[in-house]
Amino acid sequence: MTDAELLERTWYVPRGVLGWLSVADHRTIGKRYLVTAFAFFLFAGVLAGLMRIQLAVPNNRFLGPDLYNQIFTVHGTMMMFLFAVPVMEAMGIYLVPLMVGARNIAFPRLNTYSYFVFLCGGVMLVATMLLNTAPDVGWFSYVPLAGPDYTPGKRADFWAQLITFTEVAALAVAVELVATIFKLRAPGMTLNRIPLFVWSILVMSFMVIFAMPAVVTGSSFLLMDRLVGTHFYNPAEGGDPLLFQHLFWFFGHPEVYIIFIPALGMVSSIITTFTQRPIFGYTALVLALIATGFIGFGLWVHHMFATGLPQLGLHYFTAASIVIAIPSGVQIFCWIASLWRGRPRFETPLLFVIGFIIIFVLGGLSGVTLASVPFDLQVHDTYYVVAHFHYVLIGGAVFPLIGGVYYWFPKITGRMMDNTVGIVNFVVLFVGFNVTFFPMHQAGLMGMPRRVYTYPADMGWNTVNLISSLGALLLVIGGAMLIYNMVTSYLWGAVAGDNPWNADTLEWGTTSPPPVYNFLYPPVVEGRHALWERTAAAPVVTGGRLDCRECLVTDVMDGEPSNKTEFPGPTIWPFVAAIFTSIMFIGSIFTAWAVPIGTVPIAIALILWFWPHAPGHDIGAPEEESTPVVEARAS
Amino acid sequence: MIRQRAIAGHRSVDISELPDNAFGHQGLVWWGTIGFMVIEGSMFVMVLITYFYLRLRVNEWPPSLRDPDLFYGTLNLIVSLVSALPNHLAKIAAEKYSLTRVQFWLVLCVLFGVALLVIRGFEFTTLNARWDDNAYGSMVWCLMVLHTIHLATDVVDTGVLTALMFTGPVTKKRFIDVSENGLYWYFIVLWWIPIYLTVYFAPRWL
Amino acid sequence: MIVRALLLVAAAAAAGCSGNQNVFNPAGPAARDIASLGWQLFIVCGAVYLLTLLALAWALARRRVPSDDTVETTASLTRTVTIATVLSIVILIGITISSVVHGRGLTSPSGPGAITLDAIGHQWWWEFQYRDLTPSDFVTSPNELHIPVGVPIQIKAMSRDVIHSFWVPNLHGKRDLIPGQVTNFWIQADTPGVYRGQCAEFCGHQHANMAFTVVAEPMDKFQQWIRAQRQPAAEPVNAEQARGQEVFLQGPCVMCHTIRGTSAGSRVGPELTHVGSRLTIAAGTLPNTRGHLGGWVLDSQSVKPGNRMPPNALTSDDLQAVLSYLRSLR
Repeated sequence: MTDAELLERTWYVPRGVLGWLSVADHRTIGKRYLVTAFAFFLFAGVLAGLMRIQLAVPNNRFLGPDLYNQIFTVHGTMMMFLFAVPVMEAMGIYLVPLMVGARNIAFPRLNTYSYFVFLCGGVMLVATMLLNTAPDVGWFSYVPLAGPDYTPGKRADFWAQLITFTEVAALAVAVELVATIFKLRAPGMTLNRIPLFVWSILVMSFMVIFAMPAVVTGSSFLLMDRLVGTHFYNPAEGGDPLLFQHLFWFFGHPEVYIIFIPALGMVSSIITTFTQRPIFGYTALVLALIATGFIGFGLWVHHMFATGLPQLGLHYFTAASIVIAIPSGVQIFCWIASLWRGRPRFETPLLFVIGFIIIFVLGGLSGVTLASVPFDLQVHDTYYVVAHFHYVLIGGAVFPLIGGVYYWFPKITGRMMDNTVGIVNFVVLFVGFNVTFFPMHQAGLMGMPRRVYTYPADMGWNTVNLISSLGALLLVIGGAMLIYNMVTSYLWGAVAGDNPWNADTLEWGTTSPPPVYNFLYPPVVEGRHALWERTAAAPVVTGGRLDCRECLVTDVMDGEPSNKTEFPGPTIWPFVAAIFTSIMFIGSIFTAWAVPIGTVPIAIALILWFWPHAPGHDIGAPEEESTPVVEARAS
Repeated sequence: MIRQRAIAGHRSVDISELPDNAFGHQGLVWWGTIGFMVIEGSMFVMVLITYFYLRLRVNEWPPSLRDPDLFYGTLNLIVSLVSALPNHLAKIAAEKYSLTRVQFWLVLCVLFGVALLVIRGFEFTTLNARWDDNAYGSMVWCLMVLHTIHLATDVVDTGVLTALMFTGPVTKKRFIDVSENGLYWYFIVLWWIPIYLTVYFAPRWL
Repeated sequence: MIVRALLLVAAAAAAGCSGNQNVFNPAGPAARDIASLGWQLFIVCGAVYLLTLLALAWALARRRVPSDDTVETTASLTRTVTIATVLSIVILIGITISSVVHGRGLTSPSGPGAITLDAIGHQWWWEFQYRDLTPSDFVTSPNELHIPVGVPIQIKAMSRDVIHSFWVPNLHGKRDLIPGQVTNFWIQADTPGVYRGQCAEFCGHQHANMAFTVVAEPMDKFQQWIRAQRQPAAEPVNAEQARGQEVFLQGPCVMCHTIRGTSAGSRVGPELTHVGSRLTIAAGTLPNTRGHLGGWVLDSQSVKPGNRMPPNALTSDDLQAVLSYLRSLR
């Protein structure tokens, strides 16, 4: 058998239903995460469309307050927890092992577990919408409104437990990504040769690890107040409603940077490829990412300027909120410099990056205005803030993401997306976005608060709201175009080669889509732009085993080969453990006993997961005799 | 054992002689364990900060309740610190691939762990506060329950590891698991110190 | 058609800087200060944005030359980026200082003779209480605040249930009302007028319809108003009003509403002692006319679904009687 055939058999992806549930391969799980996250994006987008229909005219009766409150809550919750963070982690799961030259992600079974936990959490939230018991107290779920006294029933409990689902999934992936980036890099990939996208995923992962415990604490306190009578937030018994806000926003502010920083990595990748030049200011860009990550933890009180906290403290948070604009500014300047000196190819991914700069900088500047306490006290909790965060989240994260979709679609599927449709798609989305969200600045300045299901006819808000709603129509069309382009390209698009864009990072150094073993020969890296600086007699890693899932482990700082480790194959136990975990989480919404009782099946599943050679491992392993015929890849 | 050979015309970085396992931060398991510890440690930090945030908002602490009794908590502290010894010796034995010593010290760890859980059970009865009395009671129970969950998890997974070292198959990888498991035990013992001080002495000193 | 469209656009543009509840239509010193800060911020940030877009456009459109790839070009790009960064830092420091300075100015009210009042948030109405040295002279005015022009008004804000936020954009930034604590802030109007405020922290079903009115008037008119509010409710002057009072006092209304001078004393809902004198009802949702009041009394759920007031099945005569009585309570 050739090397390729052996590797194909060793790193097999199992088939069938049982196989689908057992796969522990990063590309498969990455694709699943991406598709699922996009599905949630569309669902939440539809909810936004319903909101815009309701708000198109004053005193509208399309949605009553109860349904509207559920819709805006689920829109925000689903976008933030089930789309934005998972989709960025998903890009990391798929791309990072390829970009660093590894055969799989670290802790692949944990990866599978995290996907199923994420999926179950999302399904739970969608089910609550269909059963008229969706959370209805905002994606931020402030107490006492979300507490036991003012939200009876289980609505707020579903919100709090959704947090637990998504945080467990996100934390698991963050640990995997850190371990992959630090320990599984190709030989020769020193720290200062890591692609900027990988740096951005690294910073994001650290932020996830330090930020999410705060919201798990806050939401668990809420669950306990509601379920077992604790008094964390009850002012009558020594608790404090503001405690919830501190815990939530200590997570909530880093959360938006968790979403935004990987997008910055995508921007750097796209600019490098579409100017065909090394990016300007690599070191400055890395330091800016790290600085943003750190400073992002020191801003959270700017969400609480109206709560009556002491003035001096508030001014510190003004300063911090303004300081974080500096690393962002540095990045924008470096990218403009890159575009200046390179030779831009105005294809769809670059258009979305240009759109990102135009939209995000405006959003960042409106953020600077919000950092000012006196001004914030006027526009806090108005549509001005809604405009701001959609500018920074859609402009700053979704536009680069869509550019990334157009960019990496050939690698993931082996087909090119239609560039002409892509250009039109960009124009529709760009225009639609600005028509929808720019008037909201005006609405907020005219006094329109947030989270209102309707508004009076004589406030002067009618025109801006109508314009926003019409813009939303354009966004729907743009979204439909994107789906159309993805589907038709997947089925009938032009075949992409290994490296259709002539890009520089390692994922483009293997087939499109990559084989199950990622690289026939694990690459060795000789420079920061691996493929551009690859010499003719480029070294490759040899001596690795072809008959078991062996991976090379390298040194953290300089990528020196250090030792080898064997990766596990497909196993059913991560899926089973995820199901038991979900049962326990959902059960604990209804009774505290679900926790001690529910832990037992989880423990059993985990024990079988880690027990070597337990039944349920190596599902779908090919027989010793069968040798699938695979073309050996010419080097 | 089939290894990938070099290809003509390309230099080779040959990894066939590299070790198949690595203890500590050279290996992957360490990173997973440390990652988990950082996450859980951050949660402990959040809960401790919350305890003191709520403490500073009132004059009397605990509010109209008695301080927790010291006996079982202090016993727990002493037994925990002692339990670090068999844990450490198990770790050293694992790094030397010495199976019988590993088996011996791991069994001792499990026994210590069970003892700690029993003591913890008694502790809960002498806290002199219920979780639903007031915010103080909620915080005390939160700290204690959080630590107990970790303690119980560690006892169970040490138990499973011990069983594995007896039933086999015992590969070099198992010895790495024993060594990294030791890290988790340290985590639990070391975090008990600030939690113990907070639960038992913050009411007395602050 | 086109004329109407143009008029709409012109009206929208004009409404951009005028109108009630508009941040850029200040009627008091604090709002004026914030509005000027707002203009500063918009001008500076607008200029920065324009420069950035121009730089981007130039970077994309410029003609490429071979010297782009030299070390000298990289060095000069580095210089440019550094200068841009330093300029940004200077601008940002300026904004921070300006913001802090404006903030200090807003914390302490100027002017003598400040008046103190309590603002208490409920789901979904406002309770304003004018305290006095003499407890019997307390005035409770739900959903409508009268203040004398030119005098700082100290407000102690609290909530009886969930977090609300007091916001009158024409006068000042907002302040949250948080259960379990008292937040202090002040407002002041310099121009007489009627200003609308609205709850600005999501507080449940009818958060959208929790507005209130601030009437700023000269001191003498204000004193007049306070004196009138201190009086107990007017007695019925004719048979219909008397019948209305009877229906009120024997019906479920007394479970929630106070009318001082009668036996109705519940504090669950807004006080109705002077309901006839108010400009709006239902927390700013409806103008205070006979027709709207009738609709509200009969079925408040169709106006504010989810609010705490149940529908009332009254006969047509009884309804008219109640309306006559309530509208007589000026």
